Amino acid sequence: MTVKGKPLEILLVEDNDDHAEIVKRSLRAHQVANNLHVVADGQAALDYLLGRGEYRDRKTSPSPDVILLDLALPKVDGWEVLKEIKQTDKLLRIPVVVLTSSEDERDVAKAYDCHANSYLVKPVDFNKFTDLMRDLGFYWLGWNVNPFIQGGEG
Amino acid sequence: MILLVDDNEDHAEIVIRSFRAHDPGLPIHHVTDGESALDYLFRRGEYSDPGVSPRPRLILLDLRLPKVDGLEVLKEIKETHELRGIPVVILTSSQAGIDVQMACDYHANSYVVKPLEFDQFTQLVRDLGSYWLGWNVKSAV
Repeated sequence: MTVKGKPLEILLVEDNDDHAEIVKRSLRAHQVANNLHVVADGQAALDYLLGRGEYRDRKTSPSPDVILLDLALPKVDGWEVLKEIKQTDKLLRIPVVVLTSSEDERDVAKAYDCHANSYLVKPVDFNKFTDLMRDLGFYWLGWNVNPFIQGGEG
Repeated sequence: MILLVDDNEDHAEIVIRSFRAHDPGLPIHHVTDGESALDYLFRRGEYSDPGVSPRPRLILLDLRLPKVDGLEVLKEIKETHELRGIPVVILTSSQAGIDVQMACDYHANSYVVKPLEFDQFTQLVRDLGSYWLGWNVKSAV
């Protein structure tokens, strides 16, 4: 789906190639029209979001409309990435959906303390995983209103 | 259960009926102003018995409310340790950029605009339920 003709941008922060592949395929299969950008570690996530290094060009690395964030990441872990996003003025309004294998209640509580917008546990079952991606796409790209869409680049 | 905070009775009716269409037993508590929402969540007055005011799994919060407005309610929820883990979805008629920005700044989990069209509204409620009650994991705090 698009809003006023603008494709919606998703940043996926995921070091597990298989999971990244499932996300890609699911979003494509359910025709959640979007551009998916994938980074495989926390440092790259921050560089992307802050437009640093190889992600300087906003045409090829546009600011995302939603961030899917795994917690266990190399270099800079997901917690640090989450905190950094929610403490940075130009980033804190971007919805962050934690997408993780952890069902630990302490992780859930900590994620909300850090102001994650949503916490999702990756289903083990492939079909369920794709269903989740479909519903996630429709919800965050369809129903949720992103402040940046109102006024252009944020 | 769901806490619905909306002073528009027609909209509240649509929300409640749409949820119940898919889950007839789903408890929904509806209040029509911000002060009642806070009384409920902080267990004050008529809500002081936790048995009467169980923690909601989801809060649907309008912005323009009598007594205490929606942003103030949101702010109090997100500043309170015991409540911050409850997803708060702003469900409002306002598409004003400033409202969306302020809601995000106060850490609303999501911001959704009420559709004008009835069928779309019911679809929205269905998708809200499916996502926030189905997929999203709520904090146990």
